[in-house]
Amino acid sequence: MALLVDKLRPRTLDALSYHPELSDRLRSLAQSGDFPHLLVYGPSGAGKKTRIIATLKELYGPGVEKIKIDARVFQTTSNRKLEFNIVSSVYHMEITPADVGNYDRVVVQELLKEVAQTQQVDMGAKQRFKVVVINEADHLTRDAQAALRRTMEKYSPNLRLILLANSTSNIIAPIRSRCLLVRVAAPTEVDICSALSVAGKKEGWTESEVLNQRIAKESGRNLRRALLMFESIYAQNEKVTDKTPIPPPDWEALVTLTADEILAERSPARLLQVRARLYDLLTHCIPPTTILKTLTFKLVARVDDALKSDVIKWSAFYEHRIKLGSKVIFHLEAFVAKFMRIYESYLMGMDF
Amino acid sequence: MAASFFNNKARAAAVAAAGSSKSKAGDSKEDSTRLQPWVEKYRPKSLDDVAAQEHTTKVLQRTLQASNLPHMLFYGPPGTGKTSTILALAKSLFGPALYRSRILELNASDERGIGIVRDKVKNFARAQLSQPTGLDAAYRAQYPCPPFKIIILDEADSMTQDAQSALRRTMETYSRITRFCLVCNYVTRIIEPLASRCSKFRFKMLDNSAAGSRIANIAEQEGLELEDGVVDTLIRCGEGDLRRAITYLQSAARLVGASNGPAKDADDDAEMTDAGSSRVITIRSIEEIAGVVPESIVESLVQAMQPVSGGSAYEAVSKVITDIVADGWSATQILGQLYTRVVFSEAIPDIQKNKIVMLFSEMDKRLVDGSDEHLSMLDLALRVAGILQGN
Repeated sequence: MALLVDKLRPRTLDALSYHPELSDRLRSLAQSGDFPHLLVYGPSGAGKKTRIIATLKELYGPGVEKIKIDARVFQTTSNRKLEFNIVSSVYHMEITPADVGNYDRVVVQELLKEVAQTQQVDMGAKQRFKVVVINEADHLTRDAQAALRRTMEKYSPNLRLILLANSTSNIIAPIRSRCLLVRVAAPTEVDICSALSVAGKKEGWTESEVLNQRIAKESGRNLRRALLMFESIYAQNEKVTDKTPIPPPDWEALVTLTADEILAERSPARLLQVRARLYDLLTHCIPPTTILKTLTFKLVARVDDALKSDVIKWSAFYEHRIKLGSKVIFHLEAFVAKFMRIYESYLMGMDF
Repeated sequence: MAASFFNNKARAAAVAAAGSSKSKAGDSKEDSTRLQPWVEKYRPKSLDDVAAQEHTTKVLQRTLQASNLPHMLFYGPPGTGKTSTILALAKSLFGPALYRSRILELNASDERGIGIVRDKVKNFARAQLSQPTGLDAAYRAQYPCPPFKIIILDEADSMTQDAQSALRRTMETYSRITRFCLVCNYVTRIIEPLASRCSKFRFKMLDNSAAGSRIANIAEQEGLELEDGVVDTLIRCGEGDLRRAITYLQSAARLVGASNGPAKDADDDAEMTDAGSSRVITIRSIEEIAGVVPESIVESLVQAMQPVSGGSAYEAVSKVITDIVADGWSATQILGQLYTRVVFSEAIPDIQKNKIVMLFSEMDKRLVDGSDEHLSMLDLALRVAGILQGN
């Protein structure tokens, strides 16, 4: 049984429920025959990928839904072999070069050139060019991005790129200037509510307006998360009313617990306990940035106004360290220690 | 799909018909150039076309007459015409017949490690000149066809140090039959021994009038209608990068032109009449393409940061920031626009500005390092608010 998120995913541009003007724009671009390189950016759960798949369908017809997964082997200059997965249909190809870390340049150079130098095989295809979708484009190294520059211009008759990114900050200016930037904003809470009620109707579940609104608020304008929460509530409860509690994901519950512990007692012994919890989260593959962010917002909500900006300051500081450093537990722990100290000195009313 | 396709063609033909009646052959050519990026389509064909680099072009014109060329190093900010200049020079030196055999162009999308320099570049540099055959006198009169080859190393600053060192001797040994042209953004990344072998040409930032006339020219040739001030907006968003400005213009044209297509493909005559009015490119559409954050959002952030009596700005600021992040605006863009707002604000005392500017520098570094945008922006806004409050 597929999850609601996958089952109800819109397949065509017409089925997309929010941002109608954006859908219109994508449709007219797809129909004009003069399709530019796209750089699609926006927060996660805003529907970037869904929109792109729908656009591809608009470009080529249902053929893009027949996909297969290939494993290709690339050889680096130092003769190391890299395995790389490619999801492709007859018309398009989807890659995540960030998977191979620092060697993404090799993949970008070899693969894209290979694609670009061959023409569309299927004579009945609607478009003469092929599309390569690059996921997580903001994680591409500088080298790989530099390698994209000329490829994008030189092979434009045969190849269009669609770059997907969470933010444009890490994308070098020459790439940005070669793409049409498409911003996909997160859906508003009203949008999420209507999406949820549509989903509820399709499944034949009893509907609760207030609950939908609570879910929308809780999800932080992330439709994917909202749908997952929605489904889990209905899976766990026989009868759903306005007041049914929304169970947070396990890791979030654990972070909340950790925040409670930190606030309750500030001592080296407690720090040791917190450390065990942090390790627990890390071993379950929760990204450190997510842990730190969630913890920060849980803590900030419960401290005095005067402390808030200080807490945020140190949180941002240690988040930066996490990105630069190699051992994340140091920085997470340092943040907790820092917070304990700030909080303690505020309670005691003195600086130390 | 098919209907709108023909419609586009009909419209293109209508634009062309104003000048002269085009033949069928012209139509198919139109189709292939239509898919080309305008940056390529309007690349300068000759040295005279290169915008606003009089100093460099004058020197190069003279070498063109003398048919001799030094090794060259072009450097300057992106989009100022470095690649265009060398390509235009090469075209006017050799003409279409010899271009392929006399020019080797390598850029960052090609593998350019030390192996390639030793192999491909050296082999090309060492190859004896092929005698041009079948060229008539008229061709020779038009193109000087000097007896050397040119190797263009585009984006040379992304070459490794080793690869650059490997070039040193190659450049000298084969200087009789080969000239090198290095093109780069940062001259400091080119190792000194290479730089000293070349005559350097600095490409300066395009001034607004030159870039403006170029953009207006392209808009005219493409038959676009621009709202007042669009050219200025393009230049502002492009930040001196003409290529970026042209790409924005093309994207905007696609959006406006394309969104009209499917809406009214039923009646050809009706479209002819109002095609002109609906194809106007607005300032807002350019800003949207360039990713510029609307002034109202920046304004709301600035408002939220203002000191409030008896409380911290946290609630207001965090609400605005959360919305900004959810709407997907780029943090660097917000940073830039907020910076201009703060620095040019008359209401903020200089001593506070000093502190604020230091914050911006730190945040920029963090964003480049890949920090979380939400936390960084929140931190920046709260600290600026703290400074404005006076502590």
